[in-house]
Amino acid sequence: MRSLGAAALLLLAACSGSRGEGPAPERTTLPDEVKQTGTAFLQPETRALQEDDFANPGMLWVDRGRSLFRETIGQSKSCAACHGEDGSELDAAASHYPQVDEESGELVNLEGRINLCRTRHQGLEPLDYESDPLLALTTYVAHLSEGAPMSVDVSGAAAPYYEQGQDYFFTKRGQFNLACSQCHNEHWGEKLRGDTISQGHGNSFPAYRLEWQTLGSLHRRLSDCDAGVRAEPYPLGSDIYTAVELYLAKRAEGLPVETPGIRR
Amino acid sequence: MRACLAALAGGLLLTGGCTEAETEQRLAEPVTVEGDAIPAPLGGETGDAARGRVVFVDREQGHCVLCHQVDGLDAEFQGNVGPALTGLGDRLDPAQIRLRVADAQRIWPDTVMPSYYRVYGLNQVGEEYRGEPALTARQIEDLVAWLAALKTEGNEDG
Ligand code: HEC
Ligand code: HEC
Repeated sequence: MRSLGAAALLLLAACSGSRGEGPAPERTTLPDEVKQTGTAFLQPETRALQEDDFANPGMLWVDRGRSLFRETIGQSKSCAACHGEDGSELDAAASHYPQVDEESGELVNLEGRINLCRTRHQGLEPLDYESDPLLALTTYVAHLSEGAPMSVDVSGAAAPYYEQGQDYFFTKRGQFNLACSQCHNEHWGEKLRGDTISQGHGNSFPAYRLEWQTLGSLHRRLSDCDAGVRAEPYPLGSDIYTAVELYLAKRAEGLPVETPGIRR
Repeated sequence: MRACLAALAGGLLLTGGCTEAETEQRLAEPVTVEGDAIPAPLGGETGDAARGRVVFVDREQGHCVLCHQVDGLDAEFQGNVGPALTGLGDRLDPAQIRLRVADAQRIWPDTVMPSYYRVYGLNQVGEEYRGEPALTARQIEDLVAWLAALKTEGNEDG
């Protein structure tokens, strides 16, 4: 009996030690003086494409989003009816997302806010995450904030979400057992084959990725990074990715909104 | 934790979810580590250098060029996240290379280099990869054979 107890203790110790392996990566932060937008790591041609409104394929989504913004569906008011024909009431709004929705107490990103407007104020169904119309509206609204410095509130009700996102950023995962921080804090600027690892900021999303041959959300990019380390990605639009989005937004504080970005 | 308790309750100390932790096995098979090396070939395989070169470059296999560069190797855009491995055989013997490829994170706990033979104690592993190492014993032995033969003098590329 005694030896069984000892064995049990050993076993418990060993089992608990086997979860979430390895010393957690050190929670280093990016010093302000090195903070750089992902655009700074692009090849010159890709960067030129992003900066030319006529050539940037993401601008098609901005145009599409502008039309949807002004569109009246049945009895519902258009977005423009509340926020101005040219979205003038929303000038820097996107730079403050994600944020906690006061009514529900939940963290919402821009996509979530657009869907709340639809269900609460327009009597419409929410749009599917990553659907073309939601991407178009999100890209349009984010583009209205172009140049505005990222600035989110992580105090009060937002604090637990921020913590959760931060934990995700520093947790090793997947068959390759890597945390976001290991690539984007510790190895940015280095070459992973043809890619230069950037600092992993979200300020250019939604972005047009050449690899996708379309425009996609920040959550889609996060899902790709998870898949890259052979971790099971979370669904796009999931609470956990929205919390990571908040952590990234705070981490990118002061960087300008650059939606729609162009990426490899 | 829950699996451990259930196993205890059932008296199944050596079965179920805890077997690997109980023996502290990290890799796909039990190995003997001596110092910074694994002396015995994995899975009893005999490596082949020519195949090893393919494993090193191929996107569907090791794809080590993602992070490492080797002079004279015919592959575009070799990465520089890890050190160049040119002339590696001058610095490390096969047993040392074996541990570095099979379980780099055992030597350097915070390295970005994956542990290619590791299976246990991982978190949120993608469904299609669960329970499998990233490379087989044979692929790793092939890599060991090729890398150990990289010498700066008279280096022959595969
Ligand atoms: C093995 C390395 C690696 C890991 C781990 C990793 N990423 Fe990435 N990440 C990349 C690479 C490579 C790119 C594409 C090049 C770039 O923009 O950095 C990228 C791109 C990004 C981008 C887009 C940046 C931009 O400006 O386009 C974001 C945001 C990002 N990663 C966040 C994360 C987060 C959050 C995690 C963890 C869930 C993570 N990454 C894990 C390598 C990694
Ligand atoms: C994501 C990046 C990455 C990948 C992929 C990678 N490595 Fe590494 N490798 C490293 C780093 C970084 C180091 C240096 C260890 C450290 O200090 O972190 C290293 C070290 C090594 C060493 C020891 C070199 C020395 O001089 O001591 C060997 C051998 C090696 N890697 C082989 C491989 C092989 C073979 C593969 C593919 C099956 C591979 N690596 C894939 C990043 C990587």
